Amino acid sequence: MLTIVVFLPAAGALGLLLLRAEDHLWIRRAALTVALANFALSLLLLAGFDRTWPGYQFEEMRPWIESPPIHYHLGVDGISLFLVLLTTFLVPVAVLASWRGITERVRMFHILLLVLETGMVGVFVALDLFLFFVFWEVMLVPMYFLIGIWGHERRIYAAIKFVLFTMAGSVLMLVAILWLYAVTGTFDLPRIQALLVNGVLVLSPVTELLLFSAFFLAFAIKVPLFPLHTWLPDAHVEAPTAGSVILAGVLLKMGTYGLLRFCLPLFPEASRLLAPGIAVLAIAGILYGALVAMVQPDLKKLIAYSSVSHLGFVVLGIFAFNAIGIEGAIYQMLNHGISTGGLFLVAGMLYDRRHTHQIDAFGGLATPMPVLAAFYLLLCLSSLGLPMLNGFVGEFLILLGVFRVEKWWAALAACGIILSAVYLLWSYQRVFFGAVTAEPNRHLPDADRRERILLATLAGLILWMGIGSPMFITRMEAATARVLREMERPAVHNVGPVAPERPDPAQMLRELERLRQDMHPVE
Amino acid sequence: MLLLEHLWILLALPLAGAAANGLFGRHWSKRTVDAVAVGASGLAFAAALELWREFAQLTAAELPWVRSYFSWIVAGEFRADFALQVDQLTLVMVLVVTGVSWLIHIYSTGYMAGDAGYARFFAYLNLFLFFMLLLVMAANYPLLFVGWEGVGLSSYLLIGFWFLRKSAADAGKKAFIVNRIGDFGFLLGIFLLYWTFSAADFRSVFAAVRQMPVETEAGVLTAIGLLLLAGAVGKSAQLPLYVWLPDAMEGPTPVSALIHAATMVTAGVYVVARSAVIFVHAPLAQDAVAVIGCLTAVYAATIGLVQTDIKRVLAYSTISQLGYMFLACGVGAFAAGIFHLMTHAFFKALLFLAAGSVIHALGGEQDIRRMGGLRRKIPWTYGTMLVATLAIAGAPLFSGFFSKDAILFAAYASGQQLLWGLGTLGAVLTAFYMFRLIFLVFHGQPRFDEQAVHVHESPRVMTVPLVVLAVLSVVGGWLAAPKLWGGADLLERFLTPVLEAPAWLAAFPAEELHALELRLSGAAVLAAALGFLAAWWLYLQQPEKPAMLAARYAAPYRLLWNKYYVDELYAAAVVRPLLWLSERVLWQKVDVAVIDGAANGAAHTARRLGDQLRRMQSGNARSYAAWVIVGAAIVTAALVWWVQ
Repeated sequence: MLTIVVFLPAAGALGLLLLRAEDHLWIRRAALTVALANFALSLLLLAGFDRTWPGYQFEEMRPWIESPPIHYHLGVDGISLFLVLLTTFLVPVAVLASWRGITERVRMFHILLLVLETGMVGVFVALDLFLFFVFWEVMLVPMYFLIGIWGHERRIYAAIKFVLFTMAGSVLMLVAILWLYAVTGTFDLPRIQALLVNGVLVLSPVTELLLFSAFFLAFAIKVPLFPLHTWLPDAHVEAPTAGSVILAGVLLKMGTYGLLRFCLPLFPEASRLLAPGIAVLAIAGILYGALVAMVQPDLKKLIAYSSVSHLGFVVLGIFAFNAIGIEGAIYQMLNHGISTGGLFLVAGMLYDRRHTHQIDAFGGLATPMPVLAAFYLLLCLSSLGLPMLNGFVGEFLILLGVFRVEKWWAALAACGIILSAVYLLWSYQRVFFGAVTAEPNRHLPDADRRERILLATLAGLILWMGIGSPMFITRMEAATARVLREMERPAVHNVGPVAPERPDPAQMLRELERLRQDMHPVE
Repeated sequence: MLLLEHLWILLALPLAGAAANGLFGRHWSKRTVDAVAVGASGLAFAAALELWREFAQLTAAELPWVRSYFSWIVAGEFRADFALQVDQLTLVMVLVVTGVSWLIHIYSTGYMAGDAGYARFFAYLNLFLFFMLLLVMAANYPLLFVGWEGVGLSSYLLIGFWFLRKSAADAGKKAFIVNRIGDFGFLLGIFLLYWTFSAADFRSVFAAVRQMPVETEAGVLTAIGLLLLAGAVGKSAQLPLYVWLPDAMEGPTPVSALIHAATMVTAGVYVVARSAVIFVHAPLAQDAVAVIGCLTAVYAATIGLVQTDIKRVLAYSTISQLGYMFLACGVGAFAAGIFHLMTHAFFKALLFLAAGSVIHALGGEQDIRRMGGLRRKIPWTYGTMLVATLAIAGAPLFSGFFSKDAILFAAYASGQQLLWGLGTLGAVLTAFYMFRLIFLVFHGQPRFDEQAVHVHESPRVMTVPLVVLAVLSVVGGWLAAPKLWGGADLLERFLTPVLEAPAWLAAFPAEELHALELRLSGAAVLAAALGFLAAWWLYLQQPEKPAMLAARYAAPYRLLWNKYYVDELYAAAVVRPLLWLSERVLWQKVDVAVIDGAANGAAHTARRLGDQLRRMQSGNARSYAAWVIVGAAIVTAALVWWVQ
């Protein structure tokens, strides 16, 4: 099942090769069909998901490489489930968003987009560290080309910057993955986790700190956490609309997903130790991103910096180490994907019409395009966290969770919600309100049917997630509770000297077998 | 018991109206839009009346009546339901909100006729009503916050309704952002409240607070109270967050009536009254409420003295009157605060709608310096506006007289004589600026071109709501008229189960209380008369005097005329520095120069290094040979050194 969701897009990409490169319409339709089919498939995951089971579901495990023992191990839990859905939802959106804007090398574009989907879904469902790393790198390549080929003026600079920043982090992560393998003899995440939780394997504080830092840096660049964020505005501004939507909607979430999947449960002591510092960076990012967004003359750059601010909330919620904060953070990942994806979508629609992102070039657009203006307002309101829309639930829970840990963090972060109203409403005013100032804007066409359907879908989701949040959050609860449990270690290394880092392999195997039986008593 | 079981119907009516007009109104005729919007608000009012009837059959043990419809947020141990509640306070609010809103809806069908965004306007109006009802019916703080932010959104949309005008769009944005500053405090208040009591619904929280001792020193309840107060200060336009309300008059006049009277600004007073238990247990926070309210009442009244825009005068008067409501809550007389909220809703809605009628009659003129002598030309408007003015100024037996009297009495009797003195001073100012307005607009000689402007009375659909509100502005006061004046004190007794009488009241012997009430009422009447006489003398008897006075006291006059330069101060102290910091420092220095500079610098270094190394691969065989020899020499040297 998961294999299909992961590889259907890649198979579809191969299928696109069968079509003639000039057949643009059919290529678009085929890509859309594949993307929609994959979304429908992923909905089956949702239908079959057992919300009470804390562990992984739909697990698949096959040996892939014998030595070193790398497994093709997939599975979803309450944390990754909705991220998979978000990905499969946003890819058809991205295809539709490119319907008019992309006119050159159409086939290549859609092939890359579908390959990218395989990489993204793979990252969220891989449970083998090596497999995870493969997907992590795989998705880099199509994104590089999407920005580099179909981007705007400074696309090469932006694409290379994007790749170099990400690579810098992933190299360190690879080292950490290999180190973990050297210590445990396995790449399998649940096994490593079990070893740690049961105190079979105890990392010395220094080792844990180093490993944590390596993982953390890779994820922090991806998030991006202040001050590692400068690749983001460039990548966003230069990327085509679909690229921006995917970048903001999914790629950034890989960073926060990684924090939640690896950093917290594998290295809880280091997480706790560094939490204050990370929270400071997250809060700095919230305020800094918002303030810098406020003064951007470029609409896309503004949205990009707002992402820095929003993702700061997510990181902060994760490092609150309580269920409310973490569930809020997961929810906020989804919200950000939809709201910010939507904002980029409208920015792209404006670009399709006027070929610019400069806010100055617009003004008074509500008169020629009232429908687009109404949708954009809803997206802004969702992004600034208006209650009854999705963004509020996430921000509220994050701040509530953080408030319990440290009141000042919550108070400072909450300033971000004032600032978000400032930069969003101000930019909205400059783009849509007032009299039409530039002649070319006077007769711009309003949203057409394709655009209306797209935006109405997003609007429906925004409302639904704002009112019916328990439908989502109750499915995250068991997995969140598991992560929090995994953060508790038996109090071993508080006692005597540090336990050996390389235990007897035979004994470890026995332990593992026992653990497996503990975890799956029925099987 | 239909409505008691299905409280949501009350909310669904305006929401459905808003959705229908918002989605399809553009394609409908004016009549259909009218029917939907006025029908939705009218049905909401009818439902409120029916709710009242059903409510009367409940026993005290069944209160507050709470119905939960679905769970809205569930995460970890936190849960917030979409739960609505009715008690006496809610019921009063629901009746005032729906009743006044309905009249404003009817009036608007006349006032807004012919506007291009007609359907959009009514969609927003219905949406406003929906969020306000949600605010007063919510059974927990998070849900209350939904209505709270929702009325902020609605006001943003309506103030900026004529978005082609930059000033209107600016005003809408300002309203939303200033409100958000208050909401920031409110949100933190909810967090603190939740982690203190592990609950956020009114019933559990208040029950828990009742068990706690009164905090004589600042404690957690004081902190909660102050944070909630921050929100209330933003929403109810009190010092120092009042700056959005005067600008809010950029919206169409019925919107001003709605914002100033029935919805929005009353939300802050409602929240303070709703949280009465918390404030009573946190005297420091409660004192802060009283002081802020009293200062605002006087401060805004002084600005109102010299304004020349008819709506701006009324806007400052709203801020001032809201200050009185805060003062009431601050000295423990919550019921008096709600009483004034109600009478104010009647007469302030009337004042704005009448002002709209004046503006309508003069073809859009808002400057009172270019009005005058209108009293015979638009008699209905004049008559009703005079009634409202008498009510707000506190003329005996009009509604404002009773409610303001109750507040000033409470201030004095609670031992806050200074606040009472300031409040009475505010009453003098109120009577002055209101009668100044009446005299300048309706009396004297016309100061506009009578040939150019065809002055006409407004249509029936606008004057009828005026008359209804005028009647309410008179009789509304008798609902809670104290026994002293032969009243039955209905409202206060009705509210007692929710808003307990202040502790200091019990300390008074009955006859002493009576005498005090009489004396203070006399003082209040004197204050009103003084303000009236001053206005009469300055603007009717000696019309050249005001200009002379303004010239002689130029400095204070300029200060008031420029509203104490507070907007300018905020711009200079907050807005501009923040923009400068963001653009010049954070973006251009930190982001572009430092962080990106470092990243690009690293890239350049790597590239230069690569460049240098590249030279080694020149393709020149002789240079390769040279490198081989150099390398071999180094290795040999190393080996030799190592062996030794």
